[in-house]
Amino acid sequence: MSLHQETVLISGHIIDSLILAKVLDIILMMGGTFDLEDVHIGTTREEPSRARIVIRAASTALLDDILKAIQPHGASVERDADCRTVEAPADGIFPDDFYATTHLPTQIRLHEQWIDVDRIEMDLGVLVDARNSAARAIPMAEVRQGDRIVVGREGVRVIPLQRPSERDVFGFMESQVSSERPHHHIITDVAARMRQLRERHRQGHADSKVLLAGGPAIIHAGGRDALTWLIEEGFVHLLFCGNALAAHDMEADLYGTSLGYGLAAGRAVPHGHEHHLRTINKIRAIGSIEAAVTSGVVQQGIMAACVRQNVLVIMAGTIRDDGPLPGVITDSVRAQSAMRAAIPGVGLALLVASTLHAVATGNLLPATVPTVCVDVNPSVPTKLADRGSFQAVGLVMDAASFLSELARLLGRSS
Amino acid sequence: MTRLLVCPPDFFGIEYEINPWMRLSNRVDHERAVQQWHGLMRVLEQDVGVEIERMTPIAGLPDLVFTANAGIVVGRTAVVSRFRYPERQREEAYFENWFSGHGYNVVTLEKELIFEGAGDLLGFSDCWFGGYRQRSDIRAFPHLSDLFHREIIPLELVDSRFYHLDTCFCPLSGGELLYFPSAFDPYGQTAIAQRVQKGRQLLVPEDDALKFACNAVCVGNHVVLPSGCPATERLLQAKGYRTHSVPLDEFMKSGGSAKCLTLALD
Repeated sequence: MSLHQETVLISGHIIDSLILAKVLDIILMMGGTFDLEDVHIGTTREEPSRARIVIRAASTALLDDILKAIQPHGASVERDADCRTVEAPADGIFPDDFYATTHLPTQIRLHEQWIDVDRIEMDLGVLVDARNSAARAIPMAEVRQGDRIVVGREGVRVIPLQRPSERDVFGFMESQVSSERPHHHIITDVAARMRQLRERHRQGHADSKVLLAGGPAIIHAGGRDALTWLIEEGFVHLLFCGNALAAHDMEADLYGTSLGYGLAAGRAVPHGHEHHLRTINKIRAIGSIEAAVTSGVVQQGIMAACVRQNVLVIMAGTIRDDGPLPGVITDSVRAQSAMRAAIPGVGLALLVASTLHAVATGNLLPATVPTVCVDVNPSVPTKLADRGSFQAVGLVMDAASFLSELARLLGRSS
Repeated sequence: MTRLLVCPPDFFGIEYEINPWMRLSNRVDHERAVQQWHGLMRVLEQDVGVEIERMTPIAGLPDLVFTANAGIVVGRTAVVSRFRYPERQREEAYFENWFSGHGYNVVTLEKELIFEGAGDLLGFSDCWFGGYRQRSDIRAFPHLSDLFHREIIPLELVDSRFYHLDTCFCPLSGGELLYFPSAFDPYGQTAIAQRVQKGRQLLVPEDDALKFACNAVCVGNHVVLPSGCPATERLLQAKGYRTHSVPLDEFMKSGGSAKCLTLALD
């Protein structure tokens, strides 16, 4: 973790004497930042005040310098305690009072050392491997009896996101959602990130994958060609979807319809409602989407592009699925695990036209991953933000318009 | 009647250098020092009318004369100093013995909390000020505030020549404050201005400040200060104080003057 932090305590008549102001000024002037926690201001002149200050700096050396500079003014480093752990009482059950994670970078204190919690994700527990001085976030369902799980809040610290150095739309890290906001500059910033990430991905850099989680409205609304192009050109490296997106994408290739509507003609075609069932049946007969593409049965579209470009597709099923297609994971805990396993390395997430997949993916993403949520329904990005994915930039717009504009900005001729 | 603790200068001299005023080469004229000290006692006892308590001087402790650093006394409670420099740490036991031998409840702070007594803790009846950074540790003040139920505003001393608060800051009995602003940073100056109205601030010019004009003893409307500070005397007289200037330059060689040579006992 590039951030170095320490918590200090200061008490006494620190307000009227301007000692607190002086300490904070020193921190800023030296190039550090701070958060004021638990400020208690004395209610009478006699009563002392106290403050807890979390100080952050870009290097250990700078942090040490800052601590040395403020120590004469009475700021003393808080004596931290190690985190407490308790064994999980049974498979799939956390101990009482387990520490529930946020999706922000988190550290625990083990053997008097602060260590990072790997694979951080919101609403999980923290599994400690004391022997190897390691810790990782763990879902409830994966915990095994006897696992050491962090309990309480002592010895756990959450590190707020630093404002990224890039001065684009993600620099603000705030999920304002409004249909009245202009879209163009947001899509331009997304395109710039994707261009950069494709380059980094080709060079084998870490955290350079672009994840797209999408719903079937991409097909209905006419965004299929643009997304296919984005995948073919190497801009998307991981796809999360359900049975429907894949089914309608291949229905479009086999029948030229999406849920029975002629994509070109724009109206229902006779017996069109059967097309997606016939598509699913055909792929089931072949055995897999990959075989359908390699055998030439399915030639164009999102699924075909994914197979050709080696893009990992994770399909999570739902209760109303037809079929489903081979490859759809119908056990939602298993689907969640598969999605979780694919998250490391993601550097940008696009959540497009799907409430369930957007929220599910948002839950799995660490706050450090820039995220865009695109939906015609403002409640989707709002819901995502309300559930804690505050880093997601919300775009209230049609999926096809978004994907087409994105592809155009990335060089697709319209 | 005001009582002051003093220590005769039998063994006063410069035997080490622990502040910018002290120079081993700058020898004290011992006879003159003794005369000056007795001159100060005469003014305090006869002109000002205070009661003097004399400690027994100890050979090898040249700075024991500076009793302001013995500790802080409030009522029958005395908090004994913990000196920063080992040269003066040897004085602690003698001061502690004197206080306990005279019936005070003696309080000592944690070992690592440096606190140099009334030299760094001064104030008015409701609000005290604590000098820190040069000698005392700011972390001592919350303990003292808690013990004595007084607000203590810490003030950083930014000029090493004014190494104790009482070298640049002197609260007066009428609520005025005699002080040298440049000894404090802007935070300290602002904090002082918030507690002492402008009309009550008596700003000592640098020439006088360097003669330790602020190292004065104020009892009622009497102010005893080192000689050679005419501007400060005028400031005080304009506020109705009776000034008594006393030659104390032999003690200035050690970085102390009238106030440093006394400790107020309640």
